[in-house]
Amino acid sequence: MASIGLINYATFMGTMIGIYGVLALGLNIQWGVTGLFNAGIAGFFAVGAYLSALITASPSPERIMGWELPVAVGWLGAMAGAALIAWPIGRICLRFRSDYLAIATIGVAEVIRLVLRTEEGLSGGARGITGVPRPFGGLEYSLSQFAYFALVIAVLLVVYWALERQLAAPWGRMMKAIRDNEQAAAAMGKNVEKRRLEAFVLGAAVMGLAGALYVHFMRAITPEAIDPMIATFLVWIMLILGGSGNNRGAILGAIIVWIIWSMSEFITDQLPAEIATQAKYIRVFLIGLMLQLILRFRPEGLLPEESGQRTSPHLPPSR
Amino acid sequence: MMEFLNFYVVPGIVTGSIYALGAIGITLIFGILRFGHFAHGDLATSGAYLALGATALLGLTPWAALPVAMLLTALLAYGIHRLFYRHLESRPKILTVIASLGIGMMLRSVVQVVWGVDPLAYGSGIARAQAFGPLMLRPREIATLALTLALVATLLAFLRYSKWGKAMRAMSDNPDLARLCGVDNDGVTRLTWFIVGALAAASGFCLGINTELTTMMGWSAMLSMFAAAVLGGVGRVEGAVVGGLVIGLAEELSVLVVPSPYKSATAFVILLAILLLRPQGIFKGKVL
Amino acid sequence: MSATAARDRPQPILIMHQVRGGYGDADILQGVSLTVMPQEIVVIVGPNGAGKSTAMKAVFGLVRIRSGAIVFDGEDITGWSPDRIVRRGISYVPQVDNVFREMTVHENLEMGAFLAKGDLSAAFDRIYALFPDLKAKRHALAGDLSGGQRQMVAIGRALMLEPQLLLLDEPTAGLSPKYMQQIFQICRDVRDSGVSILLVEQHAKQALAFCDRGYVLATGANRHEGSGRELLENPEIAQMFLGG
Repeated sequence: MASIGLINYATFMGTMIGIYGVLALGLNIQWGVTGLFNAGIAGFFAVGAYLSALITASPSPERIMGWELPVAVGWLGAMAGAALIAWPIGRICLRFRSDYLAIATIGVAEVIRLVLRTEEGLSGGARGITGVPRPFGGLEYSLSQFAYFALVIAVLLVVYWALERQLAAPWGRMMKAIRDNEQAAAAMGKNVEKRRLEAFVLGAAVMGLAGALYVHFMRAITPEAIDPMIATFLVWIMLILGGSGNNRGAILGAIIVWIIWSMSEFITDQLPAEIATQAKYIRVFLIGLMLQLILRFRPEGLLPEESGQRTSPHLPPSR
Repeated sequence: MMEFLNFYVVPGIVTGSIYALGAIGITLIFGILRFGHFAHGDLATSGAYLALGATALLGLTPWAALPVAMLLTALLAYGIHRLFYRHLESRPKILTVIASLGIGMMLRSVVQVVWGVDPLAYGSGIARAQAFGPLMLRPREIATLALTLALVATLLAFLRYSKWGKAMRAMSDNPDLARLCGVDNDGVTRLTWFIVGALAAASGFCLGINTELTTMMGWSAMLSMFAAAVLGGVGRVEGAVVGGLVIGLAEELSVLVVPSPYKSATAFVILLAILLLRPQGIFKGKVL
Repeated sequence: MSATAARDRPQPILIMHQVRGGYGDADILQGVSLTVMPQEIVVIVGPNGAGKSTAMKAVFGLVRIRSGAIVFDGEDITGWSPDRIVRRGISYVPQVDNVFREMTVHENLEMGAFLAKGDLSAAFDRIYALFPDLKAKRHALAGDLSGGQRQMVAIGRALMLEPQLLLLDEPTAGLSPKYMQQIFQICRDVRDSGVSILLVEQHAKQALAFCDRGYVLATGANRHEGSGRELLENPEIAQMFLGG
């Protein structure tokens, strides 16, 4: 009995790591490869989750859509939706230093949260959207969990493979040249803006896909399901710890950080109730501190970008 | 008309001056230290709760606790710089921006651990509004406006007439040349953090005394403060004040045209519009 | 040489001896030597990439020096930081971004005397006497001035601390011929007030015509030196850069 519980728990962990791994890969395109600071990861994730849910769930009189389309359509919709939101933001902000993009993406995430909380016809209100179909959902519980875990890992590998290919192509080499050499970047002018926009939109689409993976795993979603700042922040730590610019580093970071994060929850769950609520915030404090320490002592991460790929020894550009 | 003034314009100006105090800090850091400081809202929250702590521990009235909180937050801001930001000075600025996002989370969680997440207030006294002709103003609103005016006037005079104020402007204007003139970079940085910390505390305190104290209040206000700083022109103190007032008024007036839950999206829309149309802001600030 | 003879000869205010150095790993300066005598205008000319500005920046401590020595007023200042060099009596005017655009003319001059203590009114009087144009514009923002006036602000700022040596990096770049002559005239006035000047110039012909002495650098090393007239009359130099 205990072993089945353990296997189920491991499967759950593995699935969450896979989903966060996809998020970290999305951020790696934006930050690691292009040097763009997206502080609204949770917003793109939420858009993907809701869109995929609305496209695939059954209709309900309380909200719109519910088209009962295949899950694959939901995933494509999630990617398209996140990309569509990223595009105008990128168009406006990518002309400037990434500080502006950071505040704008915080704003986007905030507005998305407001819309989901306010427009009950869209989000199903406080009850959220339930009955989201899951591939292999008809199987027995453990088996279904495991099958979905395998699917998430497959998606992660496909995204990884696609990104590696993209980075090895002229596109990827150009992105890194832009990131590492401001003057070369400036000389390319308008072209740079376009390349950056492509990277930003592509990264957002990957984040939307992660949201879709999440909602079909949970089979339901409410506006309060994820804390936007903590989710965004975890992805950042995953990428920076794992190694900005290195896709394998992004996945390694997702594994390590998610394990630390859920183990710390496991510990605080054992605490008496009155301390337990505070312990949650201590955990948040500690991941904030972890970021400071990584930035100071190991900014290149555990798996640094291969030196052949980097055109200068510095981290992503200052503007 | 009276209703319009008292229900929209007065609260808009009060909120606007709170944003202004926060936006000045953001614009000074952006202009002089050259990065967007994303812990700024939570620095304001810390200041507000430090004032609350001073009322409880020292038995001070809220307004008497304010100077204490401003001093402590100034030290806190400088301490954060020394402990966390200073090592990143020689590295790309964006790393400091990322670090500041984490610092914001750390500050917020400390407040949440110490004071809990339930809303708190400085006092339970019900302040009645007094009539000034057609205007109805509460004492705390008058005090907020007077405090903002006094702080802004003092800061502007300092920047304009004092030697170190000029050094701050020089660093913001042309850091290489300022160094050639012998301006001590570390000294200006230290001074900037003290000023910014004190103003953030004042901003958080006014936010707390006009509404209530919540652990998320600074984080939620930060978007508006950033929008105010960019709208006024990055590096421009007078711009941050005008920008703060515009954003505060726009948010209060927005409920006339959009559903009230979207009030806090107003600043975001203005931010995007200004980046699109006039990124240097009203007062021709920097564009980084 | 007897001690008396050495004392009678005026000592150079600046000696750069076989300086090698640069910014990164590559040395831009491959052994540059020059001297500046008191109350002398010395100009450095040479083709693009010759290391003219780098040589000047080396004097001001802005370049990593690998070998060689820089001696100012009898003291070895090799490797000193710029602010220490400022205090010692050298001022430097960069080629670009050499004023505080958002500060007034008066405030710009004030920043030049940031390290000074006490009353500055004598220093202001001296600078405004040298640049009457600036006195009229002292409350204008430096960013709103014309290029020539901005150059005056930059030079005025550098003179506030009464340096013994003024370093000017291409002060006439982008200026009209009229302003160029005006800047050169200012240089003569400054020299006559007792300050030595070392300047880098792109306009070699005009600069050599007005300076006391000149150095021609090429690929980071000395190529020729002599009085301005000698250099102008040297056919090799004429062919090298003077549009020959």
